[in-house]
Amino acid sequence: MFKQTTAVTLLNLRSIPQRWGMSLATVLSIALVVGVLLGFMAMASGFRATLDGAGSDDVVIMLRGGAMTEMNSTVSRDEVRLLEAAPGIAASAGGDPLISSELYVVADGLRRASQTRANIALRGISPSGPQLRAQFALVDGRMFEPGAGELVVGQSVQREFDGFGLGETVRLGNNNWTVVGVFSTGGSVFDSEVWTDLGVVQNLYQRGSGVQTVRARLTSPEAITPLRDYVANEPRLNLEVLSERDYFARSAGGTTNLIMVLGWPLAIAMAIGALAGAWNAMYASVDARTRELATLRAIGFGGFPAFIAALAESFVLALVGGLAGVAATWLLFDGITASTLGSGFTQIVFSFAVTPDAALQGVVLAVIVGLLGGFVPALRAARIPLLAVHAS
Amino acid sequence: MTATSPLYTLKSLSKRYTRGKETVTIFDALDMTIPAGDFIAIMGPSGSGKTTLLNLLGGIDRPSSGEVHFEGARIDTLSQGRLARWRAAHAGFIFQFYNLMPTLTAAQNVELPLLLTRLSGSARKQRVKTALEIVGMGDRARHRPGQLSGGQQQRVAIARAIVADPKVLLADEPTGDLDRTTADEILQTLQLLNAEMGKTIIMVTHDPAAASFAERELHLNKGRFEERGKA
Ligand SMILES: Nc1ncnc2c1ncn2[C@@H]1O[C@H](COP(=O)(O)OP(=O)(O)OP(=O)(O)O)[C@@H](O)[C@H]1O
Ligand SMILES: [Mg+2]
Repeated sequence: MFKQTTAVTLLNLRSIPQRWGMSLATVLSIALVVGVLLGFMAMASGFRATLDGAGSDDVVIMLRGGAMTEMNSTVSRDEVRLLEAAPGIAASAGGDPLISSELYVVADGLRRASQTRANIALRGISPSGPQLRAQFALVDGRMFEPGAGELVVGQSVQREFDGFGLGETVRLGNNNWTVVGVFSTGGSVFDSEVWTDLGVVQNLYQRGSGVQTVRARLTSPEAITPLRDYVANEPRLNLEVLSERDYFARSAGGTTNLIMVLGWPLAIAMAIGALAGAWNAMYASVDARTRELATLRAIGFGGFPAFIAALAESFVLALVGGLAGVAATWLLFDGITASTLGSGFTQIVFSFAVTPDAALQGVVLAVIVGLLGGFVPALRAARIPLLAVHAS
Repeated sequence: MTATSPLYTLKSLSKRYTRGKETVTIFDALDMTIPAGDFIAIMGPSGSGKTTLLNLLGGIDRPSSGEVHFEGARIDTLSQGRLARWRAAHAGFIFQFYNLMPTLTAAQNVELPLLLTRLSGSARKQRVKTALEIVGMGDRARHRPGQLSGGQQQRVAIARAIVADPKVLLADEPTGDLDRTTADEILQTLQLLNAEMGKTIIMVTHDPAAASFAERELHLNKGRFEERGKA
């Protein structure tokens, strides 16, 4: 039986080139499905990686209870003062708590590639701010001087937007700023921001003494519990305490889900189309080989090898399509950067990432399409009447 | 086995087709024996049922009623799987249009029936070589059907039909697509297989010249046979 099946399968696979038009169409349509699916997955995982990259467990973000995003949060000066005395917060070398009150506003800049205006996050931070970002490094220039109208710019902003060269004066809103430094946070979401002194932002944007969030370094990841207890038991504090990782996971969740919610149905709709294509191609293949298959049956071959052989043909076409789709997506998309509206309508620049996991899912989808599309034609191959030996 | 003991016995064989309300009777209560070692040419008008008879003898079709016995055992009631094994062991088919697998070489085509046996790879190779030599195609083993003439393709098909050493060869218009000279060569080969290797051959043909290579001719007309001696 094995010898029979192998022989008929090889016979079948060898005859694919005789139907290369149909076969190629099947391969391409399956490649397209996988390409679309992987494109979306690459976008989602790239996006997730960007936000995950910024998340550490020993940094907390405190924001107004119930405010889902920084934009909707307000923290008063009095609350900040209470937090400076909170337990669990690490101290700097000078003995001050490592805490940064932050306020961020939306400015607009000119995108280099499209020459269109897009939002940029301008964040006012306390002196400890940079220390509260893992992988923070000043790659060029120096930090801003408080109160001097200076700013430092994230690498992604500098790359994507015009006018942020070191030493240049850039106009954001109604104000002119001098770019004195360029920083990197290792590809995280902060690379898409521009930072300056908190007091300057409060003044220029008339925010009084309030801020949006307070960020602090914990003595250890476990120290979040005493800090939470302190905040919960202090009636003057109505704040939510989240680890940075949780905070970003929460904001990434929405966009990632959105990408996948768009991506999967589109991929599935296309997969159904590809399924119909595979089905059709396999029908054509079985039809074209009707006399051959009947002849094999007359010689004494069983129907089962014909079934397996047809399924194998479909499988091979789908696999080739799937791998072609993965390869094409990888060549076209992996590592290219895109930007999207992050929370608060600022641009978050992220890289597409074609992960092995996504590639595997793509190939699995392709194979499923192939096997489903080939199943009924394969049954037909198994049931070709013997009398078809006389077919012309 | 002697030449007179029957290879096939057909008992009260009927074959009918129903097309809509209409029933077409091809054979009705046909009785017939075919001795082992015979070489029969079956002739008759188009649509008289020649191919149908060959299908019934070869176990690729079943009668509407009646019995087909081969070497004393009934084959028309065998299960599909057993019938397939019976065909593999006992019958070799030769078709008008050769029915070779276009993507396989001559040797690979001839090897197909042996894949259903327990023969080792080297034993199969040896058998294929012998079969190809018998039909005079020993030097074309690596050619594909597309690289062979019609007559050569039919020779390969004959090699495929005999490679598993079946008792009977069933040939439907084996020379129907060939010119006179080529046809005669093919028919001589069949004669040789009958005379030297004792194959029983049942050949359908339109062509009286082809029929004259057989030992006897049967004329099928309206579901009945009339025998005519050789001219
Ligand atoms: N599957 C079928 N369904 C209905 N009728 C059939 C079928 N197969 C054959 N017939 C009919 O049975 C009759 C005999 O057919 P068969 O093919 O045996 O004739 P034949 O003698 O081989 O003719 P030819 O010389 O043209 O090959 C014909 O009338 C044909 O139309
Ligand atoms: Mg016929």
